[in-house]
Amino acid sequence: MKFKINNRFKSISGCLLAIGLFFATPSFAVQDSVATATDSVAAPVVDSTTAPVDTLAGAAISATDSTSVAAGATTVAAKKVEEEKTVDPQVYKNLVYYILLFLIVCTIIAIILKVISVYELTKKMNGKYNPLSNNTLQAILLFVFLVVFLAFVYYSFKVWGSWAWRDAVTEHGKQIDTMFIVTTVITTFVLVATHILLLTFPYLYRMRANKRAYYYPHNNTIEKIWTIVPSIVLTVLVLFGFFAWRNITNIPEELRNSALQVEVMGEQFMWSVRYPGADGKIGNRNYKMTTSSNPYGIDFNDKSAWDDIQAQDIVLPVNKSVRFHIISKDILHSFYIPDFRVQINAVPGMTNYFQFTPTMTTQEMRDKMDDPKYDFVLLCAKICGEAHYNMQKKVVVVTEEEYKVWLSQQNKYFNEDLQKEFSSSTKEIELNTASLN
Amino acid sequence: MSSTVISHDAAHHDSHDHHHETFWTKYIFSQDHKMIAKQFLITGIIMAVFAMILSILFRIQLAWPDKDFPILEVFLGKWAEGGRIKPDFFLSLVTIHGTMMVFFVLTAGLSGTFSNLLIPYQLGARDMASPFMNMLSYWFFFTACVIMIGSFFVESGPASAGWTIYPPLSAVPSAISGSGLGMTLWLISMTLFIASQVMGGVNYISTVLNMRTKGMDMWKMPLTIWSFFLTAIVGLLSFPVLVSAVVLLVFDRSFGTSFYLSDLVVQGQILPNEGGSPILFQHLFWFLGHPEVYIVVMPALGITSEVISTNSRKPIFGYHAMVYSLVGITVLSFIVWGHHMFVTGMNPFLGGVFMITTLIIAVPSAVKSFNYLATLWRGNIRFTPAMMFAIGMVSFFISGGVTGLFLGNAALDINLHDTYFVVAHFHLVMGSASIFGMLCGVYHWYPKMFGRMMDAKLGYLHFWLTFLGAYLVFFPMHFMGIDGVPRRYYSFTNFPFMEKWVSVNILVTWAAIIAALGQVAFLWNFFTSIFFGKKATQNPWNSNTLEWTTPVEHIHGNWPGEIPTVHRWPYDYSKPGAEADFIPQDVPFSQTMSSNQAHDFEGNEEAIRIQEQWNKDNNRTVEG
Repeated sequence: MKFKINNRFKSISGCLLAIGLFFATPSFAVQDSVATATDSVAAPVVDSTTAPVDTLAGAAISATDSTSVAAGATTVAAKKVEEEKTVDPQVYKNLVYYILLFLIVCTIIAIILKVISVYELTKKMNGKYNPLSNNTLQAILLFVFLVVFLAFVYYSFKVWGSWAWRDAVTEHGKQIDTMFIVTTVITTFVLVATHILLLTFPYLYRMRANKRAYYYPHNNTIEKIWTIVPSIVLTVLVLFGFFAWRNITNIPEELRNSALQVEVMGEQFMWSVRYPGADGKIGNRNYKMTTSSNPYGIDFNDKSAWDDIQAQDIVLPVNKSVRFHIISKDILHSFYIPDFRVQINAVPGMTNYFQFTPTMTTQEMRDKMDDPKYDFVLLCAKICGEAHYNMQKKVVVVTEEEYKVWLSQQNKYFNEDLQKEFSSSTKEIELNTASLN
Repeated sequence: MSSTVISHDAAHHDSHDHHHETFWTKYIFSQDHKMIAKQFLITGIIMAVFAMILSILFRIQLAWPDKDFPILEVFLGKWAEGGRIKPDFFLSLVTIHGTMMVFFVLTAGLSGTFSNLLIPYQLGARDMASPFMNMLSYWFFFTACVIMIGSFFVESGPASAGWTIYPPLSAVPSAISGSGLGMTLWLISMTLFIASQVMGGVNYISTVLNMRTKGMDMWKMPLTIWSFFLTAIVGLLSFPVLVSAVVLLVFDRSFGTSFYLSDLVVQGQILPNEGGSPILFQHLFWFLGHPEVYIVVMPALGITSEVISTNSRKPIFGYHAMVYSLVGITVLSFIVWGHHMFVTGMNPFLGGVFMITTLIIAVPSAVKSFNYLATLWRGNIRFTPAMMFAIGMVSFFISGGVTGLFLGNAALDINLHDTYFVVAHFHLVMGSASIFGMLCGVYHWYPKMFGRMMDAKLGYLHFWLTFLGAYLVFFPMHFMGIDGVPRRYYSFTNFPFMEKWVSVNILVTWAAIIAALGQVAFLWNFFTSIFFGKKATQNPWNSNTLEWTTPVEHIHGNWPGEIPTVHRWPYDYSKPGAEADFIPQDVPFSQTMSSNQAHDFEGNEEAIRIQEQWNKDNNRTVEG
């Protein structure tokens, strides 16, 4: 039986010692203060800040250290001016501190592993070593993990689930919610059942001496069952999903036309809204007509654009079907209102539509949430650049009467400046792409 | 690398003459499949560490959006001025993290390593069909990695349009700074990478089809080989489509074409491009992109099958069903790409069709999971670190897989598309599951690769830290997604409804940091064991497959003498009547008369007659 010190242990402790010595040496103290010296740091400050590093490094030679720091500080003085570093010296110390902390953890782990292997060796010497003891330990750990995992799933459903879940406030959203809950029940059942099997089998069938596994290469009946059962469940889910999807996306022609039309345009990093005005028709947009005074690029040659209304927020009447025309000025964005279960991408050169009916006003939602500041919000869900994370627009749902009042107070896009500009120019830019927004 | 020194008495093997190898031909421009596998693995590990560090950086930003970390400025300079990562650099981080993990680690690092290592070994071939192309495959991959890392040293920063690089964002440099030179480098790197994958894929397929040893018919191949073979087919058919997407994007960016661009007014500037469609890019991208996730997960499934069977000391349950479900996944993977595009404005009816095909692909995946459970049932399970990772892989495959039912359902996808729910889903089912498959393979075949053993205790430590860490990181993200938090958000502080998640983000980030530090246990174990590990025996896991019949010391041509002949399938574990609980594939039935079963002979009447005679002479009764 060989008692050779494990190489790993030797090298870990060797490394640690080397690093400790490195930090303790005078040359490092000089380096440290060079790197950390800022314009106004005086010698005593340097001294006090380097001290913790030295103690951490485990240096016992504090006398030499403090003298060297003093020496270092003087040599540094000349370099201070050139040094442009504005980083606080504490930063480096913290980094070193964390690295040392990690190395200490590593050492502790190495020591523990070493103790275990010594323990095993003694057991082997006494002839009491059970080669399967670790195997059993891992099986037990997997079983413990099962318990922890199930508790974690329960906790997360209960706590985070309640944080995450808000009932949909649109008609089609209710259908989606039902389907979501059905799918959640099925998947949670599968998750829990399979994990119970996956993590109890290791415990039940862990390796034991003089035991053989059961030679069981296949069983066609069982395999057929677990092919067919998921197929049936999936078919049901697919059918419901398919019909719900068709319901949402395939709106009959007359309902499309009778709905309130609203156009939303995404650009870096804001959303603009256009209401059709009295004629109920959104005027054409031609991106080539975009100017600084007409950032939306509305084509005022189209007379139905003249009464189009510009709004700050998206305001919608409750219980009325709204058809959104989603366009993009520059790159891809995604029109996403989580509470409404509404999402569709804004694609340049193409109009996308989403039609839905909100069923709850903002006020009702606030009462329900017991949060007087709660608002529906439109976000951008497609990566679109540096302010992607803050591309938002407030969505307000109000009663029909409030909506009419609000609408009458909004300004038209075709304001006086634009009218003047339009009458002075006779230029018409032809649009040869397929996009007629 | 003392373990890999070619033994000098290998000169007498019959197919190759002994020739002198220099350092360059042996370690650098090697054409030996074993060395190339190691090159792929080590490069993959380095890329994984790099991509993991990137993820820690953006996790820090997400957990503490209002806090400065001056140390970041020391390393990142202007990208983290004042110690806070900038929004556009944040996007670069997520982009390069995704690209590296998906392509460089889980595609090249996983397939490249284990296909190269195991295809010749487990099939009984002396090397790959074309070793030179194999070498080129690695060097193209390596160059791609270097270029991708190089993009961090570009003034305008690395690519930052997301790993899916959707145009117009990726095509118009004025929209985001990362779409300048950084994006060009991304495209060059990816083109080289695809060239590497195609060369690798051709090689894997031709080796599997042509170079199997005597007796190794397709139905005697281990599931690892089946999965590498089918993965290579998927890769070969889908990667070229990404090249076309990339080339057209290069044209749009550099030569003024309009394949993907139309009607753009970026930063007040009207662009001249007309007539293209960004949706075209998405179709081309996801035609690769979706098969890609199966390219990532199928090798992991194959490796896991082998490891679970070996360590349960039990044949894999339903070998044929496992193969057919892999074939099913292979075929279906080509007709489901549209589920990434439900809400892009693609024709909704087409979306409905893609939804049906998508949910069908869940059936073979479910069959595979159930078969793993059935393999564990009544086994005699040995928990090597590889086995722990295999169990972890199955766990992730299930817990990440079930959420696919939400995302594959077009109606539910409306609310979940591009949210954290998606992040949680794919990080579990293809990220964590595949990484676990890869680590499982590393622990299992390490003795074969380096001739030494890894330290098991550090392996367990690594497993538990990673397993718990991955669940703590990704599970909570489902709930953020259900709440409607979109992915790739720089901070959660601008929307009142997201603020509650900052506390969860802190938990997630700590879990990520601890799991990341846990990888040090692996790296230490991996690199020190190469030199100081315990010497491996020839067949340390008592496994059946052919690679364990080769000598521990690597030799050119793998087997010193003749290549063994294969007589049986690779899963004869714990066969009743056999002496040991495993019978390697090269053991003929004539040596295992006491354990042979009628269906072993596949209708060979002469053999059945001899066996029956033997049974009668030895009073053996065969049930079933």
